Amino acid sequence: MTTAPEKTTAGQDRLVPGTPLLEVRDLHVEFKTRDGVAKAVNGVNYSVAAGETLAVLGESGSGKSVTAQTIMGILDMPPGRVTAGEILFRGQDMLKMSNEERRKIRGRKIAMIFQDALSSLNPVLSVGYQLGEMFRVHEGASRKEAKAKAIELMDRVRIPAAAQRVNDYPHQFSGGMRQRIMIAMALALEPDLIIADEPTTALDVTVQAQVMDLLAELQAEYHMGLILITHDLGVVADVADKIAVMYAGRIVETAPVHDLYARPAHPYTKGLLRSIPRLDQKGEELYAIKGLPPNLYKVPAGCAFNPRCDVATDLCRTEIPALHQVTDRDGAELAGRKSACHLWKETLHG
Amino acid sequence: MGRFVARRLLQMIPVFLGTVTIIFFMTRMLPGDPAAAMWGDKAADPAQLAAFKHRMGLDVSTGQQYLDYMGNLLTGNFGETMAGRKVIDVIGEALPVTIRLALLAFVFEVVVGVTIGLFSGLRRGKAFDKTALVFTLLLISIPVPVLGFIFQNVFAIQLKWITPTVQDSMNLGQLMLPAIVLGSISLAYVARLTRTSIAENIKSDYMRTAIAKGLPRRKVIGTHLLRNSMIPVVTFLGTDLGALMGGAIVTEGIFNVKGVGNALYHAINLNEGATVSGFVVVLVLVYLAASLIVDLLYAVLDPRIRYA
Amino acid sequence: MPDLIEKNVPAQGAAGSAEPKPEKPRSLGLDAWHDLRKRPVFIISAALIVLLVAFAIAPSLFTSVDPRAGDLQHHYLTKPNYLHFFQADWFGYDGQGRSIYARMIYGARASVVVGICVTAGVTVLGGLAGMAAGYYGGWVDTVISRVTDMFFGIPLLLGALVVLNAFTTRTVWSVVFALVALGWTQMTRVMRGSVITVKQSDFVTAARALGAGTGRIMFKHILPNAIAPVIVVATIALGGYIATEATLSFLGIGLQDPTISWGIDINSAQKVIRTAPFALFFPAGMLSVTVLAFIMLGDAVRDALDPKLR
Repeated sequence: MTTAPEKTTAGQDRLVPGTPLLEVRDLHVEFKTRDGVAKAVNGVNYSVAAGETLAVLGESGSGKSVTAQTIMGILDMPPGRVTAGEILFRGQDMLKMSNEERRKIRGRKIAMIFQDALSSLNPVLSVGYQLGEMFRVHEGASRKEAKAKAIELMDRVRIPAAAQRVNDYPHQFSGGMRQRIMIAMALALEPDLIIADEPTTALDVTVQAQVMDLLAELQAEYHMGLILITHDLGVVADVADKIAVMYAGRIVETAPVHDLYARPAHPYTKGLLRSIPRLDQKGEELYAIKGLPPNLYKVPAGCAFNPRCDVATDLCRTEIPALHQVTDRDGAELAGRKSACHLWKETLHG
Repeated sequence: MGRFVARRLLQMIPVFLGTVTIIFFMTRMLPGDPAAAMWGDKAADPAQLAAFKHRMGLDVSTGQQYLDYMGNLLTGNFGETMAGRKVIDVIGEALPVTIRLALLAFVFEVVVGVTIGLFSGLRRGKAFDKTALVFTLLLISIPVPVLGFIFQNVFAIQLKWITPTVQDSMNLGQLMLPAIVLGSISLAYVARLTRTSIAENIKSDYMRTAIAKGLPRRKVIGTHLLRNSMIPVVTFLGTDLGALMGGAIVTEGIFNVKGVGNALYHAINLNEGATVSGFVVVLVLVYLAASLIVDLLYAVLDPRIRYA
Repeated sequence: MPDLIEKNVPAQGAAGSAEPKPEKPRSLGLDAWHDLRKRPVFIISAALIVLLVAFAIAPSLFTSVDPRAGDLQHHYLTKPNYLHFFQADWFGYDGQGRSIYARMIYGARASVVVGICVTAGVTVLGGLAGMAAGYYGGWVDTVISRVTDMFFGIPLLLGALVVLNAFTTRTVWSVVFALVALGWTQMTRVMRGSVITVKQSDFVTAARALGAGTGRIMFKHILPNAIAPVIVVATIALGGYIATEATLSFLGIGLQDPTISWGIDINSAQKVIRTAPFALFFPAGMLSVTVLAFIMLGDAVRDALDPKLR
């Protein structure tokens, strides 16, 4: 493993296991557009520890990507605006940092992998240049050093004939290879946290698994925190430690990954799980959650999910449910499990 | 890259021949009998006229004239003026002046245009952007003759910074003002094109990646944004150098620059078919050369073209 | 471009779904129109253009003075009397003793006719050629594209000089002819590119799969979706054609007396620029405002038709 010179000091600020590396507290983000104010994120809380993988699950428009972009500091402002909340990285609120301080965290401490590698890589610069740029900007490496390191990185993410392909351009690679380059770029400076926004959505199913495995492997190797943003429950199951399900800019349920699969505590999660095609259900009609994703300009009163919910009551239509601690039948707290549903007990136990 | 250049050069040959053919037939459409016009209002002596026509190669069919013309062209012979001067000499005198003028205008429009466009695009909707939009709109709307007179009036007659007309057509300092007038409309287009391109690219995914990589703003803009945004601007600039050479006809007239425009204007008025087509052929060559350079630049800027 | 295409496909099932108030699907044209009406740039330029067209159609409504009647003895370069609104001497007299105000009004006709006719000509001619090239591809495309390249090698002003010199008497129509003959290729390129993009869309494939004929696919499916960039370029080019006409007339190779053109007036005012700057100012100003109006209109139309840039 190649260790960047400054990385030795970084070891000191490695946190005690279990304390969060990143903590999002009560984050609110809205967009002002011609059509009004869209409330994209409405009080999100989550945290990731070093070596831990948090999957953030939700449909498009659930606020999962906006939250990630806000953490990264790449949200378009305007029209975006953070109206409240804190984002603590190693205990420091990044929203209060200067632009320059944040820039130094980006790429070096927190890196991001995007969905569409073809459009996310600059089409007119060689991949070697784009990878090497990380070392040149953050570590002042020379052109030659940067190129050597770029080749090394390409090797790490198992791109065949890296030395020959370092001067090639993004359009000359296959989709899976391009996504590996994105991963290499994120890994370049061995960051503490990686945010992967739908990293495999644009890929073929066979390639998806390879890329996901590579990501998980490298994460374990470097002991990084990983936030995996996805709408695909299938991707999550194997790699994530815990899941946060988002709907209309709020977290509706959090749980360790296997608990959530086994016994969801929110009707929305339940609906999502039921809508996965399964082999043993051959012949039955596939379930689909009724209705359309919420309009962020006009989020329904009460629980945002109520118009689409099978079990909604009058209470659901008037009062926004808090994120309750979930307990088992005997009232004992279930570790890491929370649900924002007035009827979580019925959903979980009924 | 070598193969790319070779391919582009080969593709240019039929285009050049086609353009030259179009020009030939357009100039031969000139009315009246240019040879007879040499004698003014008096009736020409038939024997002299026939001899003159023969010397100018005008005594054969149009088809034969076309073949002769193309043959001469390929051997570098542009023919003679009615007065017996070699057309190539007339061109040789005027062309360097206009090339200076056009290049000066070109540099001016690129430097100023791209700068305005860049800052406008980065500050979309802000005061600078709005001012630049109004400014460029005015530049585009004021026809060149009018702009020429405004500049002449303000800088030469009112402020007396310069002489109203150019005394020495090869003096770069004196060509400055005509060049600014000549390049002004294109400047407005360059600025607007750059602005649009910047504004479009700034929202692209790779810009988001560049920011997420923690690059400093100057690198994000200089390396990632500007380079991508220049691609459509370069395309425009390729066709523009030719247009500048053509547009010089007005500017050279106003400021009395002894260049291609001036010579061409007189040749058209005197019905000098050979001179006109000679000049136009040279301008077409300049235009094609410019577009070839642009194509190469384009390929340098955009690898997707190079490997296509 | 995808936004443009998607917008034209009506939102299917929107009306039947459970959503309480489905957004009424609008066509791109209608959407653009709703957008345009709110833009001050559009309103100002449209008002100017309506006024210009009124000058062009019925100049006598705005002045009763004969713009060709010159009285050298009494009016040679008489200075303007700015308080004599709408009268012969409002903007003074030119070097031939003619009312500058009347000539300003009457000059609109040539500019408007040239601008509109040339734009219509190049759009139809270039548009059809571009559609053929883009739709058929193959050798049709090769031939049309090469011819386009050849014409592109000739700068518009230069080519127009050569063509116009071939006419002994030049009218508005000779100028229109010259500019259309040389300018059509610009539209060909725009239309060709646009058609190629649209041709690859799924709805065209679908129409073909359903057995629609070539004509139907071209004019019913492709044209409406490919026309937006052409309209934008045409609107902006219109102002440019007016400026070109004025420049040609200024050079003495465009319109001739007795046609009244601002370009001719600018040329004759050039000789008296020091003693009578007003003789240059009014036709030049009128010309600039006209070009400005059309370019502003083009800008507004482009912004409305190109939702990407919002």
